[in-house]
Amino acid sequence: MALLEIKNLHASINGANILNGIDLTVNAGEVHAIMGPNGSGKSTLAGVLAGRELFTVAKGEVLYKGQNLLDMAPEERAHEGLFLAFQYPVEIPGVNNSYFLKSAINAIRKHRGLEELDAVDFLSLIKHKIKLVDMDDSFLNRSVNDGFSGGEKKRNEIFQMAVLEPTLSILDETDSGLDIDALRIVAEGVNKLRSENNATIVVTHYQRLLNYIIPDFVHVLVDGKIVKSGRKDLALKLEELGYDWVRE
Amino acid sequence: MQSADKNIEWYKSKFMEFEHSLNGEKLATIHKIRQDAISKFTTLGFPTTKQEEWRFTNTQPISKIEFYPVFRKEKVTTRRTDFINHLLNNAIQVVFINGFYSENLSNIGDLSDGIIIGSLAEISKKHPELIEPKIAKLVSGNENAFSALNTAFITDGIFVYVPNGGMIKEPIQIVYIATEIEKPYAIQPRNLIIAGDNCEFKLIEYYMSLSDKDYLTNSVTEIYIGKNSRIEHNKIQNENLQAFHIGTTYTLIDAGSFYQSNSISLSGALVRNNITVVMNGERIESALNGLSLGRGSQLIDNHTAIDHAKPNCNSFELYKSILAGNSKGVFNGKILVRKDAQKTDAKQTNKTLLLSDTATMNTKPQLEIFADDVKCTHGATIGQLDSEQLFYLRSRGIDETSARDILTSAFASDIINRISIVELRKKLENELQSHLIIMK
Repeated sequence: MALLEIKNLHASINGANILNGIDLTVNAGEVHAIMGPNGSGKSTLAGVLAGRELFTVAKGEVLYKGQNLLDMAPEERAHEGLFLAFQYPVEIPGVNNSYFLKSAINAIRKHRGLEELDAVDFLSLIKHKIKLVDMDDSFLNRSVNDGFSGGEKKRNEIFQMAVLEPTLSILDETDSGLDIDALRIVAEGVNKLRSENNATIVVTHYQRLLNYIIPDFVHVLVDGKIVKSGRKDLALKLEELGYDWVRE
Repeated sequence: MQSADKNIEWYKSKFMEFEHSLNGEKLATIHKIRQDAISKFTTLGFPTTKQEEWRFTNTQPISKIEFYPVFRKEKVTTRRTDFINHLLNNAIQVVFINGFYSENLSNIGDLSDGIIIGSLAEISKKHPELIEPKIAKLVSGNENAFSALNTAFITDGIFVYVPNGGMIKEPIQIVYIATEIEKPYAIQPRNLIIAGDNCEFKLIEYYMSLSDKDYLTNSVTEIYIGKNSRIEHNKIQNENLQAFHIGTTYTLIDAGSFYQSNSISLSGALVRNNITVVMNGERIESALNGLSLGRGSQLIDNHTAIDHAKPNCNSFELYKSILAGNSKGVFNGKILVRKDAQKTDAKQTNKTLLLSDTATMNTKPQLEIFADDVKCTHGATIGQLDSEQLFYLRSRGIDETSARDILTSAFASDIINRISIVELRKKLENELQSHLIIMK
């Protein structure tokens, strides 16, 4: 069974159609890149998958582990192992980063019938995971994303991903606003988390990130439809010829 | 009009009783101040909503009750165990019962040379030279009916005197306790804080009830801060839901000092805070933070006024409210930048979270700027929780109810976290959590 099956997905925002029939199958162990010009619907797709209420799904279905994903609340999707790394991580002043993470991991564990982590176990887990993204421990005691630089916010997303160990990760423009060092750290973090049991969807405008996170499949999204799919060399070709090439 | 007159007569007659009880003290300088104040009160009368300053705050619930001003120290039956939960362990504890200092319940300890902390009533006998030149000088030009009423009945309150270079490491916690009395009564603490140059200390005014009846707290606090001092002033209003609370604070600051005011209003039927800060020197920084929690039919009104009298001063103001049920909030933030006050940097923010459709907030910035080279900003938001923040938490597996709780509590913690006293922060954080549960 495929991990994720998107069938003829149509979605709109405020009456404007953004996704016009997406078909995509993702299996465990795979990395898919979704590329496309600005406004092609990449972030909408990521948002619909994570359960953002802004969007209206008009047609189509999405099966995740065989279940109807679109019927699930955002937190239920997270409980089932879906994770969205936000393009613009939200600042939450007053909510302590480690308190937030502890609430999240224990909500997920509870759903899975696991015992909640106590303070000691939680701390040793996050101290281990935070090294993965080369972040200082002091991040844990700051408010969620509050006053973080662009790079720090993106690293915090990957850190959360490392802690929550999702089955399906969707990285929405995780490379945007990152300098080359931060990009490398983020990509290495993602690569270390790759396994046969999970899958990753990398949504990006540029080929750059794909030098570090090597995709198994590349899909090109234009005007809310996948117009071309291929292997990783498709990304290189796009880089060379631009998006106009696939439009023709 | 008749009832208003009747009320004024009531307090005039109580003032006469008070005068009779004073005997020989009637000749004291302070009594002249009281007499002026009762006539000022008589002229002013209780405010009405026709007055701009009281437009959204109807004080009739207060003016219609004949409160008995407590002007005599009564026998204290309160024990420390009755309010021990509210005390900070690591603090100088000064306890007032119905407005009067209780030596037995207080724990002041040894103080460094020259520092005085204690009862205004007692110290004014020993050191009138410290008190008489300062008392009622700050509020006198700006008196409203309530502060005038307080001045008319000046008897006791906290007196803090810190000479030049004075440092107090432990915070000074002043606990004002209202106890059970048969009649509705008015407790009117009169506080005077004098800090010299290069001083540093932290104050906590903590108002609480050991009674569930209605009563009036009508406090006035005057604070003088010298040059290059750092003063943190916390005011915690944690009285019962029937209590009326009018708190007037007036702070005069000299050059190079830092003043932080954190005003937390957790309860009370009608709460009005009047906070005036005059920055009367250069390079002063002041931070005014406020948090109000409202539920039921509570009304919580914060009126602040910041006077930038001299150049190169900064003021930062952040007031937040969480309102549930039919509660009402009012914020009025006046910032006056005088002609001389070039290079002023003033920022004012007022944020309100409405937890119900029937809670209301009235917010009004009031900027009066007479200098041309200044930076003044103000902003106000009134609304629900941020949907992006909610989605972010939910996308990490936190259910919607918990996510709402986390964000509501964070909205308030943002203010509590500005308090530097860890023990107080923890207490307030606990109070906050239990209040938020009731407010849901």
